[in-house]
Amino acid sequence: MLEIAGLGKVYPNGTRALDRVSLTVAAGEIVAVVGGSGCGKSTLLRLVSGLDTPTEGHVAVDDTRILAPHPAVGLIFQEPRLLPWLTVAQNIAFGINDLPRAEQTARVESALAKVGLADCGDRWPRELSGGQGQRVAIARALVARPSVLLLDEPFSALDAFTRLDLQEHLLDLWADTRPTLLLVTHDIDEALLLANRIVVMRPAPGRVAQIIDIPLARPRDRLTPDYEEAKRTVLRELDKTLAHRRATASKVEDFSI
Amino acid sequence: MTSIDTSHDRIGDGAASTGGRLASSAAGTPASSPGGWQNSWLISLLVPVGLAVGWEAAVYFGLAEGRLMPPPSRIAATLWELAATGELFRHMAATTTRVFFGFLLGVLAGTLIGAITGYSALVNKLLDPTLQGLRSIPSIAWVPLFLLWLGIFEASKVALIAVGVFFPVYLGVMGAIASVDRKFVEVGRIFRLSGYQLVSRILLPAILPAYVLALRGGLGLGWMFVVAAEFMGASEGLGYLLVDGQQIGKPTQIVAAIITFGILGKLSDGLLAAATKPFLRWQDNFQQR
Repeated sequence: MLEIAGLGKVYPNGTRALDRVSLTVAAGEIVAVVGGSGCGKSTLLRLVSGLDTPTEGHVAVDDTRILAPHPAVGLIFQEPRLLPWLTVAQNIAFGINDLPRAEQTARVESALAKVGLADCGDRWPRELSGGQGQRVAIARALVARPSVLLLDEPFSALDAFTRLDLQEHLLDLWADTRPTLLLVTHDIDEALLLANRIVVMRPAPGRVAQIIDIPLARPRDRLTPDYEEAKRTVLRELDKTLAHRRATASKVEDFSI
Repeated sequence: MTSIDTSHDRIGDGAASTGGRLASSAAGTPASSPGGWQNSWLISLLVPVGLAVGWEAAVYFGLAEGRLMPPPSRIAATLWELAATGELFRHMAATTTRVFFGFLLGVLAGTLIGAITGYSALVNKLLDPTLQGLRSIPSIAWVPLFLLWLGIFEASKVALIAVGVFFPVYLGVMGAIASVDRKFVEVGRIFRLSGYQLVSRILLPAILPAYVLALRGGLGLGWMFVVAAEFMGASEGLGYLLVDGQQIGKPTQIVAAIITFGILGKLSDGLLAAATKPFLRWQDNFQQR
């Protein structure tokens, strides 16, 4: 279980990026975080991963406080971030180098097969396409067997077809070991396709505006009325956060007049 | 779901391999076309060989005298003469030894101090301005001081070469470390690398390409400074051959020494490049495509 309690972050320059964000994610649940830019989505993931430390509140995974990067928490970045001087297989093994060599090889091989790149272990990262690179990044995070996997807009740099493909692929991989997934995205369809719950965030400072249950059966079909209805709900909530921003903007205008 | 998945894959791979074929055939066209000789390394020999043959002919037919600028045949004869007596190799060995130890010292110091100043902002503020100040002194200006401090024998020569090698290596290492992508460091942090692991598994490989360039730059300067060092008074070495050739009025000996310098410099640079190449195979270099 992932517990986010009253999380706040003020950067040294005084910017408040996140204000009292609380969220509990059950083991094996998939939660998507959506919101406009500047609503602290990425900051939230950096705090949960332990890359940054919160100024208020705390994060806990199975009752263990996360104060620094933790083996139970994996993070997939927006771009693959593969180390160009390591082959694909070495990249995947990067986080499990403490394990016995045989165990490493076994895990890497099975991960490569699972992400559909069984023959690519000896390639260099520069020889991969964007989608393949992100698959390797997913494999690298999964071989360490985290109980919570964080994804920071992982497919946003990919074309629409590759994105759909990888979203389905991610679900397949998730079904294997059922880690908890916390996914930040600005793609509402991605959130609807993957998540049990969608957290809508509001900017300046980043806060939780609404948490929406998505009780649709899997695999999900974008063309069903239920899906459309759920999408409308999310869009309405997002609109509210934007309306709030517009209101603030017009207030500023009034003031200047 | 899986079947859709693989079909996507095939489409993706097909596109990728087509792209690869297109790229490789485009790159291969000039070499395989009839005009391929233009790309051959032979063309780079055209100018030097042409000049040499032309000068040789001009002297042979009496159009030029060739005393101050000897023709290739006389230079070759001198080189052969020096080689036959073993004198050439004695001088080569002396010079190479000086460059080797000077290079070693300069690289060690440059790497160490460059790494620390690149890593720590505090040390950078502390040391870098002073070192940049020292760098702006023409290194030959140190010669008299080194002679006073270290005597006229090997130590002062090696020290001068080391100073020459130090700066490019120092600058290269410092710049490379300071510009390592923070994104890679974050990957290291996510997988909880220790400070030592962060250095050995992220920082070192990341700076390696820039480091190799810095080493090659340093080596080039090393060969430059060995000449200056041997001008300060040496009884052997290629620089001595130069000075000696001037004093006894033998331009053939000077040119022979110059050519030997060229060969040694090129050879050592090639060795360094070849020795480091296996570590840089991963580089996304447009020359390798």
